Amino acid sequence: MRGIGKRLLAGLCLLALTACGQPAAEKKPAAGGPAGASAAVGGTLKAVRDRGYVSCGASTGTVGFGAPDSRGYWRGLDVETCRAVAAAVLGDKDKVRFVPLTGQQRLTALQSGEIDILPRTTTWTLARDANGVNFTLPNYYDYDGIMVRKDRGVTNSRELDGASVCVQTGSTTEVTFTNLVASVAPNLKAVIFDSTQATRQAFFSGRCDALITDASGLASVRATMASNPDDFIIFPADGKLSPLTPAVRHGDDQWFDIVKWSFQALLMAEELGITQANIDEMRNSQDPTIRRFLGVEPGNGAALGLDEEWTWRIVKQLGNYGEMFDRNVGAGSPLKLDRGLNRLFRDGGLMVPMAFN
Amino acid sequence: MTNLSTLLHDTRTRQIGLQALLLALVAGGVGWLILNTAGNLDDRGITGGFGFLDRAARFPIAESIIRYRPTDSFGWAFLVGLGNTLFLAVTVALAATVLGLGVALARRSAHPLTSGAATVYVEAMRNTPLVVQLLFWYALVTLGLPNIHAAFTPIDGVILADRGLYLPRPVIAGDKGPFLAALLLGLAAVGVAWRYGRVQSLRTGIPNHYGRIAILSALLLLGLVWGTTGLTLSLDRPVIGRFNATGGMGLSPEFTAVFAGLLLYSAAFIGEIIRGGIDAVDKGQWEAGRALGLEEGRILRLIVIPQALRVIIPPMTSQYINITKNTTLALAVGYPDIALVAATTINQTGQAVEGILILMLVFLTLSVTASLFMNWYNRRIALVTR
Repeated sequence: MRGIGKRLLAGLCLLALTACGQPAAEKKPAAGGPAGASAAVGGTLKAVRDRGYVSCGASTGTVGFGAPDSRGYWRGLDVETCRAVAAAVLGDKDKVRFVPLTGQQRLTALQSGEIDILPRTTTWTLARDANGVNFTLPNYYDYDGIMVRKDRGVTNSRELDGASVCVQTGSTTEVTFTNLVASVAPNLKAVIFDSTQATRQAFFSGRCDALITDASGLASVRATMASNPDDFIIFPADGKLSPLTPAVRHGDDQWFDIVKWSFQALLMAEELGITQANIDEMRNSQDPTIRRFLGVEPGNGAALGLDEEWTWRIVKQLGNYGEMFDRNVGAGSPLKLDRGLNRLFRDGGLMVPMAFN
Repeated sequence: MTNLSTLLHDTRTRQIGLQALLLALVAGGVGWLILNTAGNLDDRGITGGFGFLDRAARFPIAESIIRYRPTDSFGWAFLVGLGNTLFLAVTVALAATVLGLGVALARRSAHPLTSGAATVYVEAMRNTPLVVQLLFWYALVTLGLPNIHAAFTPIDGVILADRGLYLPRPVIAGDKGPFLAALLLGLAAVGVAWRYGRVQSLRTGIPNHYGRIAILSALLLLGLVWGTTGLTLSLDRPVIGRFNATGGMGLSPEFTAVFAGLLLYSAAFIGEIIRGGIDAVDKGQWEAGRALGLEEGRILRLIVIPQALRVIIPPMTSQYINITKNTTLALAVGYPDIALVAATTINQTGQAVEGILILMLVFLTLSVTASLFMNWYNRRIALVTR
């Protein structure tokens, strides 16, 4: 009866927001037993395995972070964060489906179960965290930036007073904008759009003097949409950090752990000097930390409810975090972003690899 | 004993039974949906309820009829959005009715160029999606108009640029009390005189000029009060600043695009409704009017339109409701209507179900109100049968 009800509901899902989640039986984590022992029958993990692919929330197109290339293959730092989970759980980084979501759809899609992971550029905030979403750990440290044409002669938020600023709705930059109005630039005018594309087009058409969003997003826009990227400058809006963080749904701790540690594996690989090229030699290493990390000495995989080769597959298929960064947004990409805060802690950045034991 | 089988074969009993069953199914379905939603929300750790409406909204709203600051509450932000929606819906409905009447008359024109142009307009508007039209108007306004630093200024104080249309704002300085009182008095007097004149002319059959005399004397009174209380009128002219025009009053590109788009789209439909209504009036009515020696314009106003209205009003009701609902497309071009406020609120608070519920409730109320008003008007103009 409940099964029929579920199908009936799927048909009735005119309001995709109400109740179109996964069946109740699947989303509860397995109860009882010591941690690890029961992990093999987790909720989301089982659903993903039965389905054969991981469902990821993607942006509607931010080159470098998540956008399909000319052949329709999704590329980007956020996209690859999701691919790492697919490599760990299903053995293949391509067993993923990307659901393009706007800024305002993304959290609802995650809460309602339409996607398993939201790795797209989402800032970790209290209100979001407290409302049906669990943030893992930041995969990119960003700040809110403002982009203007160079010939306007503006280099900080204070000088921008009186200007029109294009803002996208459903983003933390709305709050940053409000703070700017309250603090340094009381006469700023907002022009607010629902879609990313409309916001960017309005900026380039001259409707606004400035565009405000994550600095990384601005760099992506500048590299891909400006006829001459050198005509534009980007400066920090208020100097506050926005940690962009992949998120999962409340209520499935095992899946939460898997997503968190799949990303940690990328960081640890860089810390240990393991790359896509040398990983097979590294398996023969005598270093106990490396042996344990790569599952030569078993234990980590079983603890998460995975096999022992999950870290090997992630690095073999995607490389380490440094390689991923360079390929998508760093020196090897059109964005040419400085590694900056996103260096490992030992190199002066904020990325801290957690211990794999 | 009239046994059960007789009762079972009774048509009336069966009908009641079937309806009760259907009602129970619907009620059960709705109840199950509500329970399931509540359960799912609870499972996912989402706190429900409307408590968030009191919290500070903290997001900007680009332009509004009602005063708004980001420190106001989410509830107030919804009201501000509703104000914008209503303003847009009412101005569009009024303008579209006037334009629609023009289109209807043009389509019925004997002049082939006039009727041809009207036909092309109606077909072009009816056969393309509204959201595409809105995006077209917005692109036209922001890409087609000159940059603010090379703005088009035909006369001092009028600025047309990609930032919108800016006009001088009249500023009245001095004690406005007596003038406003005189204005109200004048309006009331004109209203009464107009009505009395009409009743008189209908009763006696002789045209009179009471209404016109009242207007003239009211204007005279206003001029007198203006002169004696020493009011001054000045113009606040907009000037181009470093980034934007400041001062004066402005019409944003977003409002212009959504207003123009909705107006032209709705006027096409309204034009067809009015044309249909006029065509539905028998040819003989026109001929009778001509036989009485009335001019064409008076035949239309006195004989045809009162009869056509009875055909026009019911579809017009749905058209007005459509306009109200179509205002939600404003978010495509960035005009902050209630849908945009709801979208932002949902994102900032995560209260998707509550946000959508508010939106549905607001539009249900608006549509039902419009419907009730139009039904009342319909009854008022309906053919009186004895």
